[in-house]
Amino acid sequence: MEIIMSILAGILFTTGVYNLLQKQLLRIVIGTALISHGAHLFILTMGKLKRGAPPILEYGVSEYTDPLPQALILTSIVISFGVTSFLLVLAYRASKENNTDNMDQMRGTENE
Amino acid sequence: MLYAVLIPLLIACFIPYLSKFKDKIHTGIFVLFVPLSIFIYFLQFIDTNFVPVAQGYSWIPSLNISLDFYLDGLSLLFVLLISGIGTLVTLYSIFYLHKSERLGHFYVYLLMFMTAMLGVVLSDNVFVLYTFWELTSISSFLLIGYWHYRERSRYGALKSMLITVFGGLSMLGGFILLTIITGSTSIQEMISQTDVILNSPYLPLVMTFIFLGAFTKSAQFPFHIWLPDAMEAPTPVSAYLHSATMVKAGIYLIARFSPVFSAYEWFFIIVSGIGIITLCWGSYMAVRQTDLKGILAFSTISQLGMIMTMLGFGTKAAAFAAVFHILNHATFKGSLFMVAGIIDHETGSRDIRKLGGLMTLMPISATLALFGTFSMAGVPLPFLNGFYSKEMFFDVSLDLSSTSLFIAEIMKTSIPYLAVLGSIFTFVYSMYLFFGTFTGEKHLDELPSKPHEAPIGMLISPALLIVGVIIIGLIPNLVNEPLLAHAAKAISGEEVHKHIAFWHGFEAPLYMSLIVVIFGSILYIFRKKWTDIYLLIPGTLSLNKVYDRILDGSEKYSRKITNSYMDGSLRKYIALIMIATVLVTFTTMLTTDGFTIKTDDLAKVTVSEILIASVMVAAALGTIFARNNVAAILILGVVGFGLSVLFVLYRAPDLALTQLVVETITVALFLLCFYHLPNLRPRTESFKTKSVNAIIAISFGALMTMVAISAHSSKWFGAISEYFIENSYELGGGANMVNVILVDFRGIDTLFEIVVLGIAAFGIYAMIKLRSDKGVE
Repeated sequence: MEIIMSILAGILFTTGVYNLLQKQLLRIVIGTALISHGAHLFILTMGKLKRGAPPILEYGVSEYTDPLPQALILTSIVISFGVTSFLLVLAYRASKENNTDNMDQMRGTENE
Repeated sequence: MLYAVLIPLLIACFIPYLSKFKDKIHTGIFVLFVPLSIFIYFLQFIDTNFVPVAQGYSWIPSLNISLDFYLDGLSLLFVLLISGIGTLVTLYSIFYLHKSERLGHFYVYLLMFMTAMLGVVLSDNVFVLYTFWELTSISSFLLIGYWHYRERSRYGALKSMLITVFGGLSMLGGFILLTIITGSTSIQEMISQTDVILNSPYLPLVMTFIFLGAFTKSAQFPFHIWLPDAMEAPTPVSAYLHSATMVKAGIYLIARFSPVFSAYEWFFIIVSGIGIITLCWGSYMAVRQTDLKGILAFSTISQLGMIMTMLGFGTKAAAFAAVFHILNHATFKGSLFMVAGIIDHETGSRDIRKLGGLMTLMPISATLALFGTFSMAGVPLPFLNGFYSKEMFFDVSLDLSSTSLFIAEIMKTSIPYLAVLGSIFTFVYSMYLFFGTFTGEKHLDELPSKPHEAPIGMLISPALLIVGVIIIGLIPNLVNEPLLAHAAKAISGEEVHKHIAFWHGFEAPLYMSLIVVIFGSILYIFRKKWTDIYLLIPGTLSLNKVYDRILDGSEKYSRKITNSYMDGSLRKYIALIMIATVLVTFTTMLTTDGFTIKTDDLAKVTVSEILIASVMVAAALGTIFARNNVAAILILGVVGFGLSVLFVLYRAPDLALTQLVVETITVALFLLCFYHLPNLRPRTESFKTKSVNAIIAISFGALMTMVAISAHSSKWFGAISEYFIENSYELGGGANMVNVILVDFRGIDTLFEIVVLGIAAFGIYAMIKLRSDKGVE
């Protein structure tokens, strides 16, 4: 199962990177969201899958899944949520100010 | 000795205060006593039985760098030249520079240079020597650019800076290698370990590096091009730096390391080869110049080439001849520069085509120039010191021992002829310099001001130098034993005793001198007939053009290269970053055999997971192919919700919960954002861009998969989670391990994640609320 999940994470990265290379601002934000999904799955897979009960202490259970990757992913989800929402508003503001959402038209030109 | 070296620098700190009174007293008068006292201090060391003096002061003991000063014959000669001519130049500058100039700046730079130069010749530690060496480059840069409002001054200053600092840095490389080879930073220590250095495989590299430093500083071919442009400096600076002292720093360096390298057979080929080319090229080009200082600059280049040639010979007699010529050149060249400055000052022009017939108007200057130029030409008269050293040069050039190298043999036979050739041209430009300026027709109407004799104060310094020329000419053995013999000993490493005589019978050197005089006179008299040769050689070729090309070219091409990839397109940058990541990681995995796959420790494959995974894959691909933006957003939501179902299946209830909530909010935000985006148009891409992007994306994804599988397949040690599982209740007091880790075991992560959310919230608020163009709403 881990290999399949690795491939799934790889596909999420692929689609994320492809979206990142698009012209439209919105696609880029979608790309970052996909990449963070891929990364979360990546971390979870690295901690081995399905080796015991959910990490909540229960009487009589001795095998639990690894709780540490879950804690790390939880932190990561929150942070990527913060960053994604910031990016979204930034994209919204940028396209409003510049009246375009095309990356090729949003080059800095004053230093050229 | 430390005080002697650092006093100019200390005095320089007070110059800005003293220069406030420059209306009443010329600042130079305060400065004058500094080199004078140093000169007097070092005069006491002149003695037939002189023994080298060493003094050390701690500076950076942990790096083995200390202010070690070592005064031997060679250093003493240079120190006396620096302080002696320094005194005369200061005196001259008092009359040369008007009080309305920025005198404070001038004397600060000059004193800085004096310290630097004294430090170069006295340092025994290579790194201290390098420090002072670069200080000479910097102060010379400041002095050349003294009249910084002139375009030519800035150009000359930049050029000399670039070339000498290039050499200085390569010299530092040579010093570092020497330090590694010998394990010492002291020059004397290195000289005592000559065998070790000569047997080192780094020897050619060391020599190349150090020689580059010496050749650039001493304006040897092809690095001589900075010196003529440095003539934009005030004339006292040209006289001091660019004839007597700084340009001899490279000579000093070669002389100082000559005991180490002279046993190596390429030493002769490189040093003498470059020297003789410089000698001939410099004297040949000097005849072409029309500016007095231009002639003198090329003459300096050629004379330095002559000294360099002699140092390359490596014989005792050649070492003696070299130090003798160092002294002689400093005297007559210093005075000639000062005379050129006087002419410039009194007539307003340095163009030799406009000058002429100044003999009767400026009789004293003419007399001084007569002695200077004739000494420079090496005219055989018993009161001109230039003749003696030129004679010695011919003598030693005929007396070279044979070696095994073929190229060295060729050089040996050709050097005497080339020496005579160079000397003939030296004779021609010396005569041209004197007769062109002081005899012939007068062009008084073409000169900016009416020429008359210079004030007496301005004449003192060149007169004193000419007195030096005559004294050495009349009694050449005066400085022989007490000074020159010790200097030659420091170069050749053996005792040198030499008696200088004007007349030593009818021998080859005398015939060579006669040839020089005869052919020189003929060439001078008929010079109008043959100067067209300069149209042929060098014609339009010029090393300055090479320099300008390199400078312009490096600017042009670096701009081109930068513009070729820094075109402002963020997409391109991301593509480059991705390609670099893939290439570097993939190469590393390939070379270290990093890809492994193990299937013995895998979880069971179930249908439900496969199903969800395939839905997620379809949705992820859908974000790319969706034409409609709303569709793309909603499909992205499918991926997120699919992930949260996976979290459920993989027994992560907290993750599933959070992912569900976050995904919902994110999708809502995306839709909100989409609603406000203006004029959304679908962007079409060319097939080429699409496929390039696809290749980048697929290779990146494949790489991540590979990394994931390899990492999973090679677990080297168990997880540390046993600790959390065991102690979650005992230490943390909670049954939910993930939550205990988040707020108890690893609470700091959570604290800063809260901070991240807070900052994002503030940032969003600020972005929406604040408008710089309309002020704060």
